[in-house]
Amino acid sequence: MTVSTSAALSFDRVSKRFKDGTVALTDTTLAVSPGEFVSVVGPSGCGKSTLLRIASGLDQATAGTAEVASAQVGYVFQDATLLPWRSVSANVGLFAELDHLDRAERERRVADAIALVGLGGFEKHLPHELSGGMRMRTSLARSLVLDPDVFLFDEPFGALDEITRERLNDELLRMFAVRGFTALFVTHSVAEAVFLSTRVVVMSGRPGRVIADVPVPFAYPRSPDLRYTPEYAALCGDVSRYLRNAS
Amino acid sequence: MSLTTSVPTNTSVAPDAAALAPARPRARRRVGSIVVRVLLPLAVFGVIIGAWYAVSELVLNPQQRFMLPPPHEVLKVGVLDGQNFSDMMSALGTTCKVTFAGLGISIVLGVSAAVLMSQAKWIENSLYPWAVVLQTLPVLALTPVFSFFWGFALTPRVIVCVIISFFPIVSNTLFGLQSAERSMHDLFTLHRAGRLTRLWKLLLPAALPMMFAGFRVAAGLSVIGAIVGEYYFKQGDPGLGTNLSVFTSRLEGERLWATVLTASLLGVAVFVFFGWLSRRVVGRWYQSNRS
Repeated sequence: MTVSTSAALSFDRVSKRFKDGTVALTDTTLAVSPGEFVSVVGPSGCGKSTLLRIASGLDQATAGTAEVASAQVGYVFQDATLLPWRSVSANVGLFAELDHLDRAERERRVADAIALVGLGGFEKHLPHELSGGMRMRTSLARSLVLDPDVFLFDEPFGALDEITRERLNDELLRMFAVRGFTALFVTHSVAEAVFLSTRVVVMSGRPGRVIADVPVPFAYPRSPDLRYTPEYAALCGDVSRYLRNAS
Repeated sequence: MSLTTSVPTNTSVAPDAAALAPARPRARRRVGSIVVRVLLPLAVFGVIIGAWYAVSELVLNPQQRFMLPPPHEVLKVGVLDGQNFSDMMSALGTTCKVTFAGLGISIVLGVSAAVLMSQAKWIENSLYPWAVVLQTLPVLALTPVFSFFWGFALTPRVIVCVIISFFPIVSNTLFGLQSAERSMHDLFTLHRAGRLTRLWKLLLPAALPMMFAGFRVAAGLSVIGAIVGEYYFKQGDPGLGTNLSVFTSRLEGERLWATVLTASLLGVAVFVFFGWLSRRVVGRWYQSNRS
């Protein structure tokens, strides 16, 4: 098998057929080593999100196995999914609360996470009082609180405008540098995938499977200006070509 | 160069412009909202009083006038007469007791039933149809049965009140409990939250706005329930409903209409109270969430 045993996150010939007969994934094999940042791009409906749901245990694979070598998995959803009746700090503390961390520890971690995502001063605000970007930061902070080794990102910045998205991409890389987690990042933006990742995986249209695996050679920390270099543009072009063949 | 010189003039103008520009439409809106919220209902009130006088003085002949005495007669006999007024206040007290007991029981039973139904589809499937049946029961036709079991005093009045106000609480609470989005459930599933945690931290807070909407409807209905109950179960302290039936049989139109209006004011008061409570509890995140 190509799946290495030391992987932080691995899918071995995973298939998923939903009750209504839709086949979302066929024979998907993918391994993410500790410390890697892997992005998955693919046409809509190719089962990218299903991959994450299976990894996190929210869904079961119909065939094959998915393994996560970590007790603590962070999951960042497509939309911020904040509880509208909770303040920013209460939302950020939710997972810590559900995992029964004691109050002092919880408050310390919440304060750290809020500082890390740059939401200081907004602790008492309610979600509807925040911009889309700030809501997403809150959602990131909520996952950061438990300091997970593995992060699953399900198109977290898809609904944001380009400026906010690029800023959050820069900050996500900063967090990646500070916390050193392993990431599996689903997106349909090729630019975002190449900018963030150590590796970009391209999936075919439904039923999804891996059709290309493109290493991204740029060293970290990555400057925002990387986006305007010819090498970056060339790599984006490569990934886009695979993607065109995919659908 | 031209940029740097233009900056100070801009900033010196900006505060005034900013202070004036939004102020005008806001002031206009405030005036507009006073017109809409106070003057228009008052105008409608005037129209209603006018129509009342018209029917009373022009349509009805003097022998029929007891059916709808003019407003000032209702006020004079029904409210300003000391003995009549204190009778009505004590009846109002009794009706309040029945209303609050009935509504309280409805809220406790209704919320409990809805929480139970939210926990498993099979419980919902077994109980919900019976909540619907309870609502469609012809309560008035059952009054002899109630008096057979519970006599003619306060208990059957409260039971009528509960039956009438129960359904909106069950259905709204259940709908509210089921309103939490799937992705929010996922958050709790990912962290292996137990049933109680999920109920307490997700389902109930998410349900609160719908629950309060249900309480508000139920509050109005519980006043009707209490009065209908009093109309039929006349032993014990007389309530507004008891008096309605007495005044009707004695053709005391003035006191009848004063009682009808008092009953409706009680309904409005309970309705407004729950609206206020709802804004206090969920207004901060719910109202603004919708806008």
